[in-house]
Amino acid sequence: MTINEIQDQIIEEFAQFGDWMERYEYLIDLGRSLGPFDERHKTPEYLIEGCQSKVWLYPSFEEGIITFTADSDALITRGIVALLVRVFSGRTPAEIVDARIYFIEKIGLRENLSPTRSNGLLAMMKQMRLYALAYKTKQEHS
Amino acid sequence: MKLAKSIEEIRSDFPILSTKAYGKPLVYLDNGATTQKPLQVIKLLEELYRTTNANVHRGVHYLSDMVSERYEAARETVRAFINAGAREEIIFTAGTTASINAVAFSFGERYVREGDEIVISGMEHHANIVPWQMLCERKKAKLKVIPFSDAGVLDLEAYRSLLSERTRIVAVTHVSNVLGTINPVKEIVAEAHRHGIPVLIDGAQGIQHGMVDVTDFDCDFYVFSGHKVYGPNGIGVLYGKAEVLNELPPYQGGGDMVANVTFEKTTYNVLPFKFEAGTTNFTGAIGLAAALDYISLLGREAVTEREQALLARATTGLSAIEGLRIYGTAPQKVSLISFLPGAIHQYDAGMILDKMGIAVRTGTHCAQPLMGRYGITGNIRASIAFYNTEDEVDALVKGVRKVTEMFA
Ligand SMILES: Cc1ncc(COP(=O)(O)O)c(C=O)c1O
Repeated sequence: MTINEIQDQIIEEFAQFGDWMERYEYLIDLGRSLGPFDERHKTPEYLIEGCQSKVWLYPSFEEGIITFTADSDALITRGIVALLVRVFSGRTPAEIVDARIYFIEKIGLRENLSPTRSNGLLAMMKQMRLYALAYKTKQEHS
Repeated sequence: MKLAKSIEEIRSDFPILSTKAYGKPLVYLDNGATTQKPLQVIKLLEELYRTTNANVHRGVHYLSDMVSERYEAARETVRAFINAGAREEIIFTAGTTASINAVAFSFGERYVREGDEIVISGMEHHANIVPWQMLCERKKAKLKVIPFSDAGVLDLEAYRSLLSERTRIVAVTHVSNVLGTINPVKEIVAEAHRHGIPVLIDGAQGIQHGMVDVTDFDCDFYVFSGHKVYGPNGIGVLYGKAEVLNELPPYQGGGDMVANVTFEKTTYNVLPFKFEAGTTNFTGAIGLAAALDYISLLGREAVTEREQALLARATTGLSAIEGLRIYGTAPQKVSLISFLPGAIHQYDAGMILDKMGIAVRTGTHCAQPLMGRYGITGNIRASIAFYNTEDEVDALVKGVRKVTEMFA
């Protein structure tokens, strides 16, 4: 599936919820079922410090594919982290660099990515792109 | 004591309180961050710009006289409200932060030397920490911190032992913005004065909730912000005893603060103008006076009484929620409650409460050292004002219950 196909899939999943409460309950479930994050990577290097919640993001790059694992100390943030990992992990650097993210807005979570929220999510998205750019440059020069 | 107006009348004085958030009635419980403004203030600001705008103290013309008079009347209102001895002891600033920085700079230049000590408490807002740290860095002085108990009560024994002949100033908050504790400022001041040490009281949270009597406190400085006492943004007060202020150098140069300027030497104006360089926020000052008048009209004791009743209701309601911990259980508290419901992250809880239309503050509340003291990364703070209702308090308790169910 392409990045956009996954985004559309997420939009469809959220379309079945009636009200905000159900959406947030789903996010909480997603947060709970997010894959494990290696505790050894909970270091300042991989920490994205928001004022409201913390996010850890760990990249690895193998055979042209970037894999992200991530975590957060807040459960709803973790739910959104899970969605971002689902969209961005297992992609080539070029796919990530070229991606346009529209699903967050479509599922009514836009305020969660506003710079004033300072929950680490916006910075996390930026960081994912930065890693992708770095890997892309590395690819082009090897 | 009864409020001079019914709660319905009071709420209609604050039009913003009828806001709908996500289609639900807004429950505004973030009064510790900023308070809402009554129509008496909003309309006045509009009226000032419409009818009475001119620069203060700078013209002989009709409008300038009119606005200067109202500005000085505002100073008198503030003086009376905090029971200062004289009008010139009231300096208008941009807010609490600006006032503390002014003292830290001016007092620091005059009196603080290498090896000297400055005493603050462990429950200070960053605004009453960082300016002193900056001063310490400039002068190679040391910061000493008064510890406090789990309940949120300052350790006065420890305080006494921190005071030494190197202590130059004590700067302590009147009311903790996280714990709600009302500190025994009178005792704190008396103890420092025994050693000849002046005291600054951060009144940012104190001014909102009750009796401030700087003559009774005998503090050397008392500072607060207009926006936290139902007044406009960008206006604040620095109260200082005249004999103390007269000894301090001005901290900003400019118009109005001078008596005579030549390129060789400038002499400074008298109090309060010495500390009010440039065009001041006179609309803000007049608006602040209107806000103080509004509180006085309602009855300050009645306001406190109502807030205490709402605090008791919120404390009882929240305490009944299993696993919920309240931070700050001092016997003398203002109407704010910080808490965490079990292991639920404050940001998670805050987001769900927001969707219910309930506005609370989440995070460190600009008091990171305090959070560190409890080993937490932040908490949730509900801060109650007299215009809040029993129903709103109940909505908070119900909302927090719902949160604990969702994250169970
Ligand atoms: C205790 C305390 N001190 C200082 C401040 C800073 O006030 P301002 O931002 O209005 O300057 C606040 C406001 O949050 C406060 O609660």
